[in-house]
Order: sequence, then C-alpha cells, then structure tokens
Amino acid sequence: MSEPEAITESAVADAVDEALAALAGATTSAELRTVRSQHTGEASTLARLNGLMKTVPAEQRASAGKLVGQARARVTQAIAARESEVVALEEAQRLAEEAIDVTAVATRRRIGARHPLSLLQERIADIFVGMGWEVAEGPEVESEWFNFDALNFDADHPARAMQDTFFVEPVESHLVLRTHTSPVQVRSLLERALPVYVIAPGRVYRTDELDATHTPVFSQVEGIAIDKGLTMAHLRGTLEHFARQMFGEEAKIRLRPNYFPFTEPSAEMDVWQPNAKGGARWVEWGGCGMVNPNVLRSAGIDPDEFSGFAFGMGIERTLQFRNDLNDMRDMVEGDVRFSQQFGMVV
Amino acid sequence: MRVPISWLAEYVDLPVGASIDDIHAALVKVGLEEEGSHDFDLQGPIVVGQVLEFVEEPQSNGKTIRWCQVRVAPEGQAAADGGADVRGIVCGAGNFFPGDKVVVTLPGAVLPGGFAIAARKTYGHVSDGMIASARELGLGEDHDGILRLSTLGLDPEVGTDALALLNLDDAAVEVNVTPDRGYAFSIRGIAREYSHSTGAAFRDPVARVTPVAGTGFPVSIHDEAPIRGRVGATVFVTRTVRGIDPTVKSPAWLVSRLKLAGIRSLSLVVDITNYVMLEFGQPIHGYDLDALQGGIVVRRAAEGETLETLDGQTRKLDPEDLVIADDRGAIGLAGVMGGASTEIGDGTVNVLIEAANFDPVSIARTARRHKLPSEASRRFERGVDPAVAQPAAARVVELLETLAGGTADGLGSLHHAHPELGSIMLPFGYVQRLVGVEFTPDDIAHSLGEIGAEVEETAAGFVVSPPSWRPDLTDKASLAEEVARIVGYDRIPSVLPVAPPGRGLTVSQLARRRTADVLAAGGLTEVLAYPFLTSTQNTLFGSPEEGEVPAIRLANPLDSEAALLRTSLIPGLLDIARRNLSRGLTDLALFEIGLVFQPEAGRAYGQEALPVGAALPSEGELSELHAGIPPQPRHVGALILGNAVDKQPGQPAVPAGIADVLDVVHLLESALAVDLRVETGHHKSLHPGRTAELFVETELGSVSVGFAGEILPALTHELDLPRVVAVAELDLDALIAAAGSTIDVAPISGYPAATQDLSLVVGAEVPAGDVERAVAEGAGELLESIRLVDDYRGVGLPAASKSLTFALRFRAADRTLTAAEASEAKLAGAARAAELFSAALRE
Repeated sequence: MSEPEAITESAVADAVDEALAALAGATTSAELRTVRSQHTGEASTLARLNGLMKTVPAEQRASAGKLVGQARARVTQAIAARESEVVALEEAQRLAEEAIDVTAVATRRRIGARHPLSLLQERIADIFVGMGWEVAEGPEVESEWFNFDALNFDADHPARAMQDTFFVEPVESHLVLRTHTSPVQVRSLLERALPVYVIAPGRVYRTDELDATHTPVFSQVEGIAIDKGLTMAHLRGTLEHFARQMFGEEAKIRLRPNYFPFTEPSAEMDVWQPNAKGGARWVEWGGCGMVNPNVLRSAGIDPDEFSGFAFGMGIERTLQFRNDLNDMRDMVEGDVRFSQQFGMVV
Repeated sequence: MRVPISWLAEYVDLPVGASIDDIHAALVKVGLEEEGSHDFDLQGPIVVGQVLEFVEEPQSNGKTIRWCQVRVAPEGQAAADGGADVRGIVCGAGNFFPGDKVVVTLPGAVLPGGFAIAARKTYGHVSDGMIASARELGLGEDHDGILRLSTLGLDPEVGTDALALLNLDDAAVEVNVTPDRGYAFSIRGIAREYSHSTGAAFRDPVARVTPVAGTGFPVSIHDEAPIRGRVGATVFVTRTVRGIDPTVKSPAWLVSRLKLAGIRSLSLVVDITNYVMLEFGQPIHGYDLDALQGGIVVRRAAEGETLETLDGQTRKLDPEDLVIADDRGAIGLAGVMGGASTEIGDGTVNVLIEAANFDPVSIARTARRHKLPSEASRRFERGVDPAVAQPAAARVVELLETLAGGTADGLGSLHHAHPELGSIMLPFGYVQRLVGVEFTPDDIAHSLGEIGAEVEETAAGFVVSPPSWRPDLTDKASLAEEVARIVGYDRIPSVLPVAPPGRGLTVSQLARRRTADVLAAGGLTEVLAYPFLTSTQNTLFGSPEEGEVPAIRLANPLDSEAALLRTSLIPGLLDIARRNLSRGLTDLALFEIGLVFQPEAGRAYGQEALPVGAALPSEGELSELHAGIPPQPRHVGALILGNAVDKQPGQPAVPAGIADVLDVVHLLESALAVDLRVETGHHKSLHPGRTAELFVETELGSVSVGFAGEILPALTHELDLPRVVAVAELDLDALIAAAGSTIDVAPISGYPAATQDLSLVVGAEVPAGDVERAVAEGAGELLESIRLVDDYRGVGLPAASKSLTFALRFRAADRTLTAAEASEAKLAGAARAAELFSAALRE
C-alpha cells in the first residue's frame, strides 16, 4: 500500500480495486475483519485519500469529495455484502458440525404412569360430577354399624356372614375393614342435606385369597340418590347414561332380580358391551336397587317422603372386561409394566 | 342349589327338548342366577350285557384276569355299536358270575375325564369293550368290582341303553339362591320359580302326599333361653318306621339324582332323608329308633355338655346351642348335625324320622360357632316353610315303605307352634311409585297371588298375607319387588333424573388427582399395595423413633404373619420394588397414594354395643360411632432405585439417590402450591447422613409432614434390595390442608433486575438451606430469588469450613434498583447469616 499523494481518479480507483481484491480473498469472519480495518479503517488508503481533501482547491473539493465518498461507500457495501455471505456460510458450517443422530439422543426424564384402577375411578367420578353428583368418601376401617347394621344386615342373617369380613381385633370393638363402599351411603345421608346424589369410589376388603379372579383388596364405586319421587326407572336411566359413557352409545342395561339387604327391590345389572373384543355381549356389572326403607330410617329419613336408588360395581371387574384383561393379579402386583401400558389414559 | 332336570320336570312342565341354557335363562329372569351345570360326562354306546361264561387266567404279575364272553345284544341282532352280539372282554374284577347282567361300555363310548373305550389288545386277547364298575360310571365310590344290576333289583333286557336305565342321561342346572329365599333350596321352590318365570303349570309335591299325624311318641320343647325372644323349635314332627330291610340298596334313579344334586349316596335310609330334604326343602333327621333312650326333649345345651357328632368329632357345647336330647343327654345339634350315638347304621331296621322347624338365628349361631355349615343348617338359617314339615315326614315314610320295605306303625308326634306371618298393607299406587311402572291393580293382585300370597282388596289398598314359605316378605317394599319380578324387570323404563347443581370435585379431591398426575408426569409409576404388614415392617417404618409403633391388628388376617394394617406406605413400596426387581426391572420409580392407619398408643377404638339398625341413632350414639373410628390419614409415598438416568451415548448413568426423592418433594410443592422446608432429619431406618425431614408452616407453627432419604444400607441388604433405595413419605392430607384453597399473588414488577453473587464461608456442618434462609431473611423484600450455585471446600479455606455461593436476583416493585441498593441488601443478607452461623464474606 503506497502513500497516496493526491486525490486522483486513478488513485481512488486503485484503492477500490485493491480493497475489492482483498475482499474477494476473505472467506471467514476473521479475514473479513482484517479487510475491513485495512481498507476502511483510519490507516486505509481511502481514509488517507479522504485526509487529503483539505489540500484540494476549493473549487474541486466537491467533485473530489464525491469521488472519494462514492469509493468508500462502494467498499463498505461490498464488505457488508460479503459479510452476510460469510456469516451464512459459517452458520451453515456450524449447523453441519452440530448435527447429531436424533434417533440416539440421550433421554433425561423417565416415563411414569398412573394406575388404571385410579384412572378409571377418576373417569367414573367425572361422568357423575358432570350430572351434578358429588364424590363422597369414608374410612376404610369402619364401624360395623355403618358397614352392616345401618344397611339392614341383621347380625345373625347369613348375608352378613357371606360378606367374608376382615375383623379388627378385638372383635368386640365392632370395627371391620369395610366390605363394600356402601357405608359411605349412610355417612352421606347423615352428613348432607336432602336431596343427595353422590358416588363413593374406594377400596374395600374381603377375606378372599388372591387368584386370577379374586383379590382380598379391591375397589368399588357406589352411587346413591335420595330425593322425592325417585323410582327404579330413574335407576335404570342413570345406569344407562353411565354405561353409555363407559362403553359407547350403544351400551344398555338389563336388570335381573336379586337380593341385597340394603335395597328392595334389588337387581343384578348386566351391561351390553357393544365394543367387546370378540363381539358385543352382556356382561354382569354390579348390583343395584331401591334403597331399603330401613336404610333410610337409619339415617333419620322418612321412607314415605323420600325414596331413592343405589348401585355399586367393582372397578377391577369393570377394567377387566372393558380392557379385556384375564388375570386380576396383574392389577394388584404393582409390576410397572402393567401400568405403563396405560400411561396416563385408561 | 343343583337341580336335576328330570326331577324338576316332575313338578313343573318343561318344554320338550328344553336345554340347560333354556332352563337357566328362565330361572335367571326371576332372580336365580346361573352357577353352572352338571352331568355324568358319559357317552354311549353303554348297554346292558350278560356274562355268558369266562375263563380265569392267572398272570405273571400275580393278578388273575377273566376272559369273558358277554352278550351285548339279543341273539342275532347287531349291538349298539354295530358290532357282534357277543363280545370277548377282559375283566380284572372277580365279583360276578355267569348269567349276571352288567353294564358294558362298547367301543366308541367315552367315560368321565375323556376316557375313550376302544377294542384293544391286552393280556393276550382283544378286549372288545369294558365291563363297568359303579365308580367308572360316576355313580358312586364303590371299588369292590363291577356293577351287578341285580344288586339294584334290576333285570333288564340285554342290549338295553344303560344310560337311560340308570338315569345317567340326566343333567342338573346349578343356580345361586340368595339368602332371603330359603324356600328355593328345594326342587319344590325352584319348580315354583320356574313356573313364575314361564307360566308353565306347577305341581306342588306337597299335594302328592297325605300327611298322617303320628301320635304317642313323647316329644317336649323345653327352651329356657330363647335367642332374641324366639323359641328354638316351633315345629317338631316325628314318625317311626319299623322293619326296614338294611340290605336293600338305593335304586339307580335315587343315587343318580342325589349325585347330580351334589350329595353322595350313603345308605337307602339316609339317601331317602336327603332326597326329601332336596325335594321339599325340609331337612330331615333319621335316628336309629332302637338306640334312643326314652322320648325326645328339645332344649338348650347344659354348661359343659359334650356331644359326638356324625363326623366323629366330640364337641363342647355352648349353653346357647339348641340340642335334641333323649334320656341319656344330647343326641344331636338341632338343625345342624346329628349325633353318633343314634346314627343310622348298616344294621338299622327301625327308625325315627324328625322333620322340625328351628329358629334361623339359633341355627346360624350354632353352625358358625362349631364351624359346621351343613345342608340342614344352610336351609334353616334362611328359613324353612313351617307348613312343609308334616308332608315331608309323610313323604319319607312313603319312600321308606315303598323302597326299603318298612312299615309305619302310627307312632309319632306333632308339635306346631309356629307364629303366623303377619299381613301387610299395600297402599294403592305404592308399587308404581317405587318401581316406576304403571302396573294395573290386576297386575299387582295377580303377581302376588302367583307367588302364593292371599290378596284382599280394601278401600285403601291391598291387604297381603304372604305364603308360609316366604318369611322374607315383611314390608310393602318387599311386595313391590315381587310384583316387579313376576311382571318382569324388562318393563321398567329408563328415565335420567336431574340432580341439583353440584359443587364439583372438592379442593382436596382435585389436589389428590393433581398430585398423582404430576408424579406420573415426573417419571414415577403409580402402584397400589395391599395394606397388610408384619410387625417388623410396622416397627421399621411406622415411626422415625425407636420402639414399638401402635397399629391396628386384624382378628382374621389371610396371613397370620401380616396381621397389621399399614402405618406407612414404605413397606408396601419395598415389597413391590422387590417383585419388580425379581422380574428383571432394575430401575424403578414408584409412588402410591393411600390411607395409612394410625391409632394412638393406648387408645381403644370402636365400641362393644352398637346402636340398632333401622333407626336414627341419638346424637350421643353418633358422636361415639365417629369417635370410635381410628385416624386414617392419606399419605403419598415414593420409592426410587437403580439409575435415575440410564447410560446412553454421551450420557453416563446417573444413579438414583436422595436427590431424586427430594425432586419428588419439589414436584409435590408445585402440584399442591405449598412451601415445604427441607431440614436435616433423623429416622431410625434411613441413612443418618442422607435423611431430610419436611415441614410446612401452619397456624400452629411449623409441622413435620414427612421424610425423604435413603434407606439404611444394612436394611436394604437384609431386604435383598440394591444398596441405595431412596424413599419419601408425606402426609398428603396435611399438605393439602396447609396449602389452603387460594393463592396469594404479588404484582409482577417490570423494572430491571440486579443480579449479584454472594460467597459466604461457614462451618462445614452448617446446612446450606439454613444459610440460604438466613440470607433471604436479611436481604429483605428486594430479594426476588436466591439459588445456591456452589459449595467449595479445600485450598484457601480454613479447615472444616466451606464456601457457599448464592446467585441473588434483586428487583424493586416501583423503580430501577441501583447497584448500591442491591449491594446493601446483599450485605444485609450476609450480616444475618453472620449473626446466625458466623458466616464470613469470602472476598
């Protein structure tokens, strides 16, 4: 780079050519920075040419100024243009370097799951909450009064012995592990103002050994509605609505006579499962009936003024036929592979 | 109840060709649920054969076989399998003679268990069929040899179908009888129900006998301690029959029907008593008349009295047990089981027949007390028709006379003091209001008439007198069920009731759901463990402190080792972890939400006397009931073991530890919007240096809500688990209560933040969390966030000290902070830490 002596067209053109040539050779940001400082910085030829402006006679100053100004602008523009090219190039190169095998990226979070029995209880609760019902709860170690006496189970009636009850020691304390969620019926009637529409999902206990179809600890959902003028038709209507939410629009309910101490009339209910694997079918689902007047009396309700219905079904059993599961043990053993098939959805 | 179809058909018309499924379908409609079906599992050709001759051939194995020529079809005719009329058959039994009529299973026949008969080579002959024993036909347990038809009094034509001859082509349906329907534990009851379902004509077996009241046999009912005011025996009928031929065997039809009904044939007299019990639903007891000493007294057992029952056991009687006694003492547990001293044996020729009606409660208690559920007690507990005792006794007498050669001598007794069933007022419109079907008055009167009730119409409604066999019909609701059942539940329409607007799920219910969802999303898998613990498990995890932990004990646990109800969720999680590990699943993160049972030490729960049912207990009784329920808080527990992060390309494995369960604690904080304070904790079963105790602030001050930490390695070793098992357990109810239901929200400041780092040197033993809290407290409200970013120990620091570096972010609500203001706040924080923990600024 020679020291310019005067602003001449050729000197300016040479300086521009020199800058553009250097620019053409710059392929990285660093080289570009060098080019920028060498050809536009204070020590650059063009800057020094500009510095000669004070030596230019006044009448030529305008044209000289224009000449140098245009040259500097051209170089600056060229650098800017080249810079965006280089940046893009460099970014592309960096991206290429950063590429990884996305099929082998390390996972940092483990995958958890809900238990399908819990999820199913929540699903059932939502169906009833959607109809204005509420979800009631009660203790699992329960007084025999709530579990039996208030539900019209006479102390000496075979129905009471047939419940296969776990008794708490000493047996004279009359505490049991609740054999059904029905004691929550009585608790709800005692605690709430009428009318009452509640469901009670929860854990219950019977002295059955664990096998493919029995477990001593299982879960039920119980529903009870007490109001003026409720009939078995309302019972069927409620069950049918419930069944349709659980099993699809074509689900329906069949009632068969049965006996439960706490309902009269009592019925066994079958549900028509339209989407069952292997074809639509009737499946035994649970028990139901009109609440026995003696149960209402236990809660201080006049059976001539109020009536109502109750129903209950096993959650395990529901899950079993809804999801075509054969072995009850899978639901209780806690093998994580079982729940993980469900993830967060039942 | 098992019901042989041929027997049912005697008392109700069955459609021609009705299948087992058809009969089940009819019975289920009236409430008799299908339980199964039974048959002899035999397939013909099985025919009557006659042994023409045989040759005895001793074998090298010491046995002697008979090579028999057996006629299986009339001379010159083809046998049932199309083969020759005389067959060569090898037989191992030695109890028959030429000329005997026997049962021959021909090639093609199939015996129980899928045992197919074919002509096969054996002992040097081709045996072309088999001569059957009673056992092979499923008729009995007789091992003595083949069945000789003459012993059953039969002399049929050769070639006759033996299945039909011996009633082996019959089958039984089995239905579940609900505990209110004692009368359906009989062919009579089932036939009646079948008639209700189908409308087919019912023929009451009671009508086929003419009861004769025997007289002169002394019987007295002497109940000095009736249970709940009810006399133990209300009906007691006896008859005597003499001169029975003890050598006569039960006829094939009787044996076959009993067998299908699930009762083994024992002897003709016993078989007849069982047969009549099944037919009429009336348990019958037969005594060897000659073994009786004097007359019969029905009374409660005396203190200390014993009785040897028919099963050979000597039982110590309870003063509440009702017994049948003669002059020597108790000879039977009334309605439950007879005694050995008057048992009908091989040589019995004279018998006394008892047909009685006993109080259901008395029988139920005795059967339970002596663990003796019998066919008789099952019926009495559920209620036997008091009107059927006399006809049933007459039926037994009739069968003893016609089958066993006995003669009724007119001796007997008749005691009948059964209370009449009361009538029930059934107001017009009641059934319709309860069932929701517009029944006509005719529907109602007809249905109730159908089940045997007397129905009288009055101005206010029907006055209904239930039949003697329906003691379960006690109120108008039970009558409504009968109407609905007889007309058919199919008539009930479907109407969706409208509930009043509800409150939705409660705050607590929502919080529990969220907790479970957040934990699952946070990588943990939900499990549901059984709540049964051993006392070791309970002691280890029921309390952080040493010593016994009060727990609720079951009186009848499935496993006597695990009789306690859980006081902690950890043991269940450990069991489940072990099960998963045994199945090769080595990295586990589990959680459970469930109740634990935490009685207070030294407190008795429950109560001895309960209020009666069917009436509202008094305020006092109710509060006593509620107070008697032991505390059952809901806990959340977590267990993590193995790797928290697996080894992967570019990622070394990260083993799980306390950090992972503390993460769970932080997840709970965010799920429940509650602030938890982590402090160094002490728990006897957790690692002394890796235990955190968790606290919430409540109106009552700081409350401990649980622990997180690693289980003691010695313990995990003993439990056959990996060395590091991290667990956490918190009282979820307490967390939800502490969270409250609304959240205090501060306005968000838009002014810039000032960030500064603060390094403090403190003693190595000082918990960083405590220092952090001190700095935050001192820094005041300008401090927006504080985070521990470094814990340095070593060169440049005094021994036994550490340098904690916190990243602080300050912000004011109303202005841009100056660096000086931020520094001032920071130093105020440092000053508070200096005051509490002698923390020094590290330059």
